[in-house]
Amino acid sequence: MLGLMIASVILVIGVLLLILVTVMVKGLPALSLQMLIQVPKGGYYLGKEGGILNAIAGSLALASGATLLSFVFGMAVALYLQLFAGNSRVVHLVQLSLDVLWGVPSIVYGAFGFTLLLLLGLRASLLGGIIALALLELPIMVRAMEEVMCMVPFQLKEASYALGATRLETALRVLVRQAAPGLLTAMLLAFGRGIGDAASVLFTAGYTDRMPTSLLRPVASLPLAVFFQLGTPLPEVQQRAYAAALVLIVIVLITSIVTRLLTRRLSRHVIR
Amino acid sequence: MNNPVIRIQGLSVAYGDKPAVRNVEVDIPARQITVIIGPSGCGKTTLLRSMSRLLDLIEGVRVEGQVIFEGQNIYDPGSDVTEVRKRVGLLAQRPFPLPMSIYENVAYGPRLHGMRKRVEMNALVEKELRAAGLWDEVKDRLHTPASALSIGQQQRLCLARGLAVEPEVLLCDEATSALDPISARRIEERLLELKANYTIVLVTHVLRQARRLADYVIFMYLGELIEHGPASQVFSNPGEARTRAYLEGEFY
Repeated sequence: MLGLMIASVILVIGVLLLILVTVMVKGLPALSLQMLIQVPKGGYYLGKEGGILNAIAGSLALASGATLLSFVFGMAVALYLQLFAGNSRVVHLVQLSLDVLWGVPSIVYGAFGFTLLLLLGLRASLLGGIIALALLELPIMVRAMEEVMCMVPFQLKEASYALGATRLETALRVLVRQAAPGLLTAMLLAFGRGIGDAASVLFTAGYTDRMPTSLLRPVASLPLAVFFQLGTPLPEVQQRAYAAALVLIVIVLITSIVTRLLTRRLSRHVIR
Repeated sequence: MNNPVIRIQGLSVAYGDKPAVRNVEVDIPARQITVIIGPSGCGKTTLLRSMSRLLDLIEGVRVEGQVIFEGQNIYDPGSDVTEVRKRVGLLAQRPFPLPMSIYENVAYGPRLHGMRKRVEMNALVEKELRAAGLWDEVKDRLHTPASALSIGQQQRLCLARGLAVEPEVLLCDEATSALDPISARRIEERLLELKANYTIVLVTHVLRQARRLADYVIFMYLGELIEHGPASQVFSNPGEARTRAYLEGEFY
């Protein structure tokens, strides 16, 4: 039994290392400064000049926009659940919905988002991608927020009520501050899920070789850059796909580190 | 008794089906320290919290009877809960500073109730920190996190925070039990000073503390009020056998 556990642990770590090594070995040779600071030029997908700055900028715009949007809505839902925790039927219904939404495959968000765009009279665009990604991120965001808010000690809330604060004042001024580091982590989780997702932006954000300039124009994204380049028959273009994947991983890594640092700052006031 | 601040009439509290306090009748004298004593689980804390509508926060709680504060039953449907809580402050068992700076902790209450002016606020923060006996220790680090204070300092900060909304009554729920003896003494000294201006109700299971502080004593047992009266009388010549037994340490 213990042997199985150890083997599984090694497997988990091994898979991560294997992914990193594969991406690095295949991607590093193709990675160059030019790739990071240029948009694709003519014949890029046949192995000629250019880079993936369009996809880097597009992905950052998509994931940041979606994370902000889902943060706003997620916060509203999480606070509602906190404030009306007494009304347990509503709370359970919301939690059930979130769990189901969490399990919905991202291609479904893509298809749903696309239908939504058509209804709104929009086409594949940065805005469309942000909406689809925000829907994808919302369940993970709310669930993570809820967890941290439930960890806030009752006595802390009581202290605020005892000074004559209302529920809303207590939620906004005490709960949110105490939970701030956890809320930031929730944003990170959501951002990580959003930036790496290909299926939900496929129809909703589209793809373009241009830099993102308008909310209403299509944007490129790193997961789709990986997807399209990997789909070509040319080995050097496939290598670029791995380089793009590496860029994606590095972005997630940097985001995690920055979040860690910010979390430490926000934790200064947290009462234990 | 002349001029009680709080009159409790026929008060019963139950958590779900479990009664915690049964049919309590007592008046709380103004500008004195009233100490509620009794063994664990006797309803001391419930009785204390009933005076500031803090019981409302607990799910499934049922309150019957009246708590009359300044001529008004605070359990009246029309009663303003936040106003009651503002005028009846709480010092809890373990200090829980709010997740903000020392200054912001004291300013939190007044700000909620509309105080905006910086100068006014600075003066108030200093005044309340002095009243709680904490000013000299924190005056150079008012804007650092309250979480960094020692637990004894935190409790005095909670006292200052409670005083800052200018309550008339201060409820203390075993407010020194989590503190070291020196910090506990400091809080006691403050309370003795504060009773000149505030009505203080204190729950304790430390009889020596009760003897040191009490002007008026309420003895609770199994959810019922057994005896109440001036401290000198209850401590030296209790009228009930159960009070006598408790004071002599026969049960806790």
